[in-house]
Amino acid sequence: MPELGSIVEKVRSKNAGPFWLTVDIFCGSPEVYARVVNGLSSERVARLFRVEEATLKRFDIAVLHVVKFSLPRPAIQGTAHDRDMHGAGWAPLLAEVEIN
Amino acid sequence: MTRILIPSGALGLGYDAEALARGVAAKPDLIAIDGGSTDSGPSYLGRGVSKYSRAGTKAEWKGLIAARAEAGCPLVIGTAGTCGADSTVEWLYEITVEALAELGLSARIAVLKSEQPKERVADALKEGRVTPLPHAPEISADLIRSTTHIVALAGAEQIAEALETGADIVIAGRTTDTAIIAALPLMRGDHAGAAWHAAKIGECGALCATNPQSGVIQIDIDGEGFTVTPLADGAHCTPHTVSAHMLYENSDPFILYEPGGHLDVTAARYAAIDDTSVRVTGSVWVPSERYTVKLEGARVAGYQTLLLATVRDRRYVENIRAWVDDIASRHAQRVANRMGLGPEDYACELRIIGVEATLGPLETRREAPAEAGVMGIITAPTQERANEIGKLLNPFLLHHPLTREEEQPTFAFPFSPAEIDRGAIYEFCLNHVMELDDPMDAFSLEVRDA
Repeated sequence: MPELGSIVEKVRSKNAGPFWLTVDIFCGSPEVYARVVNGLSSERVARLFRVEEATLKRFDIAVLHVVKFSLPRPAIQGTAHDRDMHGAGWAPLLAEVEIN
Repeated sequence: MTRILIPSGALGLGYDAEALARGVAAKPDLIAIDGGSTDSGPSYLGRGVSKYSRAGTKAEWKGLIAARAEAGCPLVIGTAGTCGADSTVEWLYEITVEALAELGLSARIAVLKSEQPKERVADALKEGRVTPLPHAPEISADLIRSTTHIVALAGAEQIAEALETGADIVIAGRTTDTAIIAALPLMRGDHAGAAWHAAKIGECGALCATNPQSGVIQIDIDGEGFTVTPLADGAHCTPHTVSAHMLYENSDPFILYEPGGHLDVTAARYAAIDDTSVRVTGSVWVPSERYTVKLEGARVAGYQTLLLATVRDRRYVENIRAWVDDIASRHAQRVANRMGLGPEDYACELRIIGVEATLGPLETRREAPAEAGVMGIITAPTQERANEIGKLLNPFLLHHPLTREEEQPTFAFPFSPAEIDRGAIYEFCLNHVMELDDPMDAFSLEVRDA
């Protein structure tokens, strides 16, 4: 099975303020968008980021061919345990999951 | 109709001078630029300083002051000096006075301050006027008093007050990114949903267009919607680039909370006017019953010392996790023996660069790299203690063998001394809103002629 990052245009992550992380998957076409919506469950994403599924916000935005997830940051921005001040380094985690 | 010229996403990022001149020639009603963000972390607010260099800030700001004089319209900066504390507002004011003198210009300057006295916030907490946002840390009056700086994010109301003074230049402390763009069209009775939506699309400059590094964009807001046009050569807005910008750094791509209400773009329609400009209609502003402003606060979270060693020996790289775990436990024992300190007195983390430094326990890839860096991060209540603990880590990172039998190895230290004292580290400790009876209650406004 291919990695998500190899079938979509781009996966990016970024801070949404100091307490939240947001991850955008730009699918690029209706076909790939449908494949991602159906093939990537919220449960799987929550497990990948080790957050409760209930705290994960998901937006399937058909008009943009985008699937977006927002979640509490793995560590609050800038605390001693934070590894990535701007939050962009989490995208590869999602880009490397395999998808049907 | 109100025309806003936005030179770039932030002062300090640079802008395309030719595109700016084009924007000035098109007679804007206001030039707006953001001066900051929380995005680079809590240290800037914690210390009350700017992230960008003074020289770079001055060069760019001087260009905008000259552009303003030519355009004959107000120039507004929000969140001056990265964090928008009083100290960075005064820092930019001083730069402004220097730049005006060098240009041979004078100007009326409105200075809007957003910093909060701790007791004001502590009182508001006691009175039940401070409310947590989702995923906010626990707070108390004592925690509020332990902060080094607290700022409130001004909205369009406070920027409007500043503009009503007739100021040529508005230097504002912390504001929402959007308020500096939305204020004037709201004052002039343009469509409120369009004004806020335009502000969100424009606040990062040309990030809503192709060629995002070019910076300069122009937004026209009217009674029904808005039109966004990037001004650099070769930059284009399309319905896709504009609507996709609502995703950026936003946990919810359809709703944006501001003081006094929220923007809802669920029903927004994006249409190409030509191959450069996009027209947006259908955005809705929903006023709230209470007027609240978001608070940001930072406080000292300890002092840090760093060490960095790089490991290139193949056997060590292949066994890097075991090597690091062994060092961690031996170092903890030594800190206990020599300094009498336990895990509650300090933190020492050994982050393995090349293996898991970015993702930590979330990392899913398992290939062995050619080399690995080991970054020791020591956090303690004082710098002296952090440095002492670092000095006890030093010999392990330099010489610790994988097995007892082998000759003593030596690893690469890129620096001498190996211990790098980082000073105080800060943490964001507020994610709350504060209710105000009057929007100006938590802000001060002063007019100065320079």
